[in-house]
Amino acid sequence: MNLDSKIPEGPLAEKWTKHKFNLKLVNPANKRKYDVIVVGTGLAGASAAASLAELGYNVKAFTFHDSPRRAHSIAAQGGINAAKNYQNDGDSIYRLFYDTIKGGDYRSREGNVHRLAEVSVNIIDQCVAQGVPFAREYGGLLSNRSFGGAQVSRTFYARGQTGQQLLLGAYSALNRQIANGKVEMHNRSEMLDVVMVDGKASGIITRNLITGKIEAHTAHAVLLCTGGYGNVFFLSTNAKGCNVTAAWRAHKKGALFANPCFTQIHPTCIPVSGDHQSKLTLMSESLRNDGRVWVPKTARPGLKAKEAVNIPESERDYFLETRYPSFGNLVPRDVASRNAKSVCDEGRGVGSGLAVFLDFTDAIKRDGKKTIEAKYGNLFDMYRQITGDNPYEGPMMIYPAVHYTMGGLWVDYNLMTNIPGLYSLGEANFSDHGANRLGASALMQGLADGYFVIPYTIGDYLSGISYEKVSTDRPEFKQAMEEVNRRINKLLSIKGKKTVDQFHRELGLTMWDYCGMSRTEEGLKKAKVKIQELRSEFWNNVNVVGGSGELNQELEKAGRVADFMELGELMVDDALNRTESCGGHFREESQTPDGEAKRKDDEFSYVAAWQYTGENQAEILHKENLIFENVKLTQRSYK
Amino acid sequence: MKIKLKVWRQKSKESKGSFNTYTLDHVSEDMSFLEMIDVLNESLVKKNEEPIAFDHDCREGICGTCSLYINGRPHGPVQTTACQLHMRSFKDGETITVEPWRAKPFPVIKDLIVDRSAFDRIQQAGGYISVNTGGTPDANEIPIPKLAADMAFDAATCIGCGACVAACKNASAMLFVSAKVSQFALLPQGQLERKTRVEKMVAQMDAEGFGACTNTKACEAECPKQIKITNIARLNREYFSAVVSSTNV
Repeated sequence: MNLDSKIPEGPLAEKWTKHKFNLKLVNPANKRKYDVIVVGTGLAGASAAASLAELGYNVKAFTFHDSPRRAHSIAAQGGINAAKNYQNDGDSIYRLFYDTIKGGDYRSREGNVHRLAEVSVNIIDQCVAQGVPFAREYGGLLSNRSFGGAQVSRTFYARGQTGQQLLLGAYSALNRQIANGKVEMHNRSEMLDVVMVDGKASGIITRNLITGKIEAHTAHAVLLCTGGYGNVFFLSTNAKGCNVTAAWRAHKKGALFANPCFTQIHPTCIPVSGDHQSKLTLMSESLRNDGRVWVPKTARPGLKAKEAVNIPESERDYFLETRYPSFGNLVPRDVASRNAKSVCDEGRGVGSGLAVFLDFTDAIKRDGKKTIEAKYGNLFDMYRQITGDNPYEGPMMIYPAVHYTMGGLWVDYNLMTNIPGLYSLGEANFSDHGANRLGASALMQGLADGYFVIPYTIGDYLSGISYEKVSTDRPEFKQAMEEVNRRINKLLSIKGKKTVDQFHRELGLTMWDYCGMSRTEEGLKKAKVKIQELRSEFWNNVNVVGGSGELNQELEKAGRVADFMELGELMVDDALNRTESCGGHFREESQTPDGEAKRKDDEFSYVAAWQYTGENQAEILHKENLIFENVKLTQRSYK
Repeated sequence: MKIKLKVWRQKSKESKGSFNTYTLDHVSEDMSFLEMIDVLNESLVKKNEEPIAFDHDCREGICGTCSLYINGRPHGPVQTTACQLHMRSFKDGETITVEPWRAKPFPVIKDLIVDRSAFDRIQQAGGYISVNTGGTPDANEIPIPKLAADMAFDAATCIGCGACVAACKNASAMLFVSAKVSQFALLPQGQLERKTRVEKMVAQMDAEGFGACTNTKACEAECPKQIKITNIARLNREYFSAVVSSTNV
């Protein structure tokens, strides 16, 4: 298979402009003849659905939520990057491009990342025009902050609820098109398969989550904007409903899955409190601007936050500040997470042993409680509510948790997968973040894809195909519906002894232990066997109660966990294949003498795109070589 | 902790519901309320009984999906969402009653799940600024006084959970509608459609069957995002000044 990224020739800064000109257009009068399906209504999906409907396409949008506004983009806290240089501090499109390529540890495409930086400025304009209430200065202009290790202030934010405000903006644009009749909205509908006719994506199969009815929907193109797969770890900062099913179904129909092992572990989350834990809560990374991360120099098992004040300065190890004097507590997420893990592995963790302190004592002394409260009040309240501890009086306890997945469906520069007519946008694709995503870049990418990339690129495909509608009577749709029904009936008929959550938790633990923050060949091989065993046990011993023709949340979960198990194995395969360390993927066998991640650029400067070949068969690896014409690959250093 | 739960069970929209009682012997006070239901549900599945259906997603208080009426209060005894409510807010041995939102425009779908699509339809009626993608002016060409931006933000933090409606004896949606109307009325971008927006959203609110506001402030007391009823006062002003000069609805 030839993986053509379709990155245009020419100078970096002119690629997107040139490409836009070369893309074929659909005549305005003809746009209404084309139907587009958009699955998912987060930042990428809602912005794409609204923008395509505004252009005149007929859009059918789907979400498993009760309303498009609930998508997990809503929970993003920190902000959104844009190369506006409003702060006069030396930012530029090239600098945002450079930071993002470097932050991704040189495992993303130059062309994609530069385009992302280019359209970042339009996103802010768009959101402000929609009435998104970004933070402002007294003079009425927009406020910015520095975020996630950036040396310039380019992050736009709406207190700690930026994702919410951006999503509500996109949701309002979507609502306008629903009211206009240009978007047909399907709430509480879960996509369970994609259907191809004559090799082109021509529709999807969904389950109505209230009635259980299996339905077929056709269109001329299908956009999967279905988010990431962090819930493969069971515990993550993702919402409970986040799942890989739509992307995985597409993968099994032939779409390549790229870099599945690239997962981001976020350093500042509230630690696990017990076996009942259902998810992990992120505390915004902005806390590291003022909080100092430390553990005791010698192990003190079970040390509580309240007792921290009794530890004298001389017995504290501010390990990020010591190891990385120039970036200190603001090192990128992967570096901060790994260091927290390593001090805990040494036995110096606090609380349960899997936690480090994030201490605001010095910041409160320096700036006063009022200033700290104004900056982080809502986060401190949230922390107190969840843990019962008061972070104004003692340090917070934090530990890394799975947060974001850089891997996803392989797409070309047009955001199209290798299946004609099947696109993937936002976190669901693999395209822009390489091996590690920088803070405030996820919102940027979701909206870039939806507002400013797909409206241009989709026309190039649609203009080349007939606008005749495909009928759901076609055998391809009938067969896909039968297959979906067969799988549901199978899940319901097993009637075993273990619950879906039990399987999910076991899978999550295996993934976390062996394919989490650091990975070894031995561990990964062990994980592969464990996952295979778990999967075969699942299909013989899971108990899914209730029926198919009704609202059945156990059945929904079962289908998703079944897919997570298959994905988990592919993640392990991908991690095994990549014997280098890069970004969020740390192979213990590949590190520098002082324990930093060591890339192997000669061997691994490629995107690993995996092709499904059939049940219980090894997937085929395709490599898309990454070409760097503008940046020089260097070992990342934050010392 | 030991907890006794009285939970509303209802097979479907059409069927009649009733309370079922469950006892939990080992509840940790660090559990969130939803995690406590997770534990109960897992034990029900192990006994081949149908778990309690309830809406939830982000579990960090921002998506607005969870919608439990706990001991006679939306989201329970603390002014937050049910997912951010922890068992340490209850007493050992307590009996806790859990119901779905009770309001005519929010029909029960199953157990504790209700249909809140009326909220979407109100937003579709006018909860937006009519700009297409692209062609917008530079963001800093629209200076906005910080105070106005902050007030608009405070209104915009509404998560659309519906606690205001569930708390109100009239099932009024005024707090929800006023939050959106206020956000745009306070911003320069919202001025062009200011009148039509409020007229259309209020008309849709009435068509959905939400009740009138009698200023009891129950909504404000229960709103997990502390949306203030000053927004309702603003909605009333906006609405009256719009209708007296209206040529629209």
